[in-house]
Amino acid sequence: MAVNSAKLIEIINAIANDIHENKEFLTELDSAIGDADHGINMSKGFKAVTEKIAAMGDKDCGSILKTVGMTLVSTVGGASGPLYGTAFMRAGQAVGSKMELGFEDLQAILDAALEGIKMRGKAEKGDKTIVDALEPAVEVLKSSTADLKLFEEAVNAAKDGVEYTKGIIAKRGRASYLGERSIGHQDPGATSCYIMLAAIMKAIKSAK
Amino acid sequence: MAEGAKEIITQMIGDKIKIEVAAGTSDNRLGTDAFLIGQKVLEVFDGDGVLIIPDLGSAVMSSEMAIESLEEPAKSVTVVADSPFFEGAIAAAMEASFGKSLEEVRMAAENTRGMKKIA
Repeated sequence: MAVNSAKLIEIINAIANDIHENKEFLTELDSAIGDADHGINMSKGFKAVTEKIAAMGDKDCGSILKTVGMTLVSTVGGASGPLYGTAFMRAGQAVGSKMELGFEDLQAILDAALEGIKMRGKAEKGDKTIVDALEPAVEVLKSSTADLKLFEEAVNAAKDGVEYTKGIIAKRGRASYLGERSIGHQDPGATSCYIMLAAIMKAIKSAK
Repeated sequence: MAEGAKEIITQMIGDKIKIEVAAGTSDNRLGTDAFLIGQKVLEVFDGDGVLIIPDLGSAVMSSEMAIESLEEPAKSVTVVADSPFFEGAIAAAMEASFGKSLEEVRMAAENTRGMKKIA
């Protein structure tokens, strides 16, 4: 895998596209246990992102990722703004001024994103949040030398993580007010995180 | 909600203290924008201290992000109150209008937790 700045922008656009396609699904999940705005907020945020990064093809990968983060922070509105915003900003710091990224950078990006989200949201695995999808994926990615096959396993781990959120009580965010009534519903944040990881994988595969 | 709190506080204590609303997004949706919060902090900062009163969810995280992105001298004297939104805002505004320190103002806000309304 060799992802240059132009390709990185394509991957982010692919994420934006899949978030947009799942806008209603995410909002529906959020209406069950939250405030019914996750899909709309994420879709708004990523629409602004694609506009912002369109002309950044000659910039380094770190600057592109930081711009994604800053844009999400200022346009999403809900809690996913500071969370995913921090994730992308940390990812940008992790790759610095590189003009091309490999699988080891993808490991570093997702690891930094996870640490950023945990710090910002003060969440741990089992709290029914984004962390329940992202942490298992990062664990798989760190378990061996990263390649496309390992990344596929990581995305599957994230999918399992989303399933896992159905059976647990929400401890963070608006859903935590529901207590036990949050059981039986999958977490919208974990779901959007899985959608993003799956979109990255699809985009990387299609580039090969 | 924030506009309403500001209106009530202004009615009570006039313009003895600086209050800015830093709620909502630039396209008028519910929620918060960390950059807007940071900007409003600088608008009310006059050398003493700034207390941010968040409600739920994104407001807390966006406030923390806003503080991280500030520069000195504002950064080290801007704090978030861990208090009920409305009661905390009223109590903090009162305390601040008496010229109390940032720490005293924050404590006034946080001490409203558990306050009884019906005796």
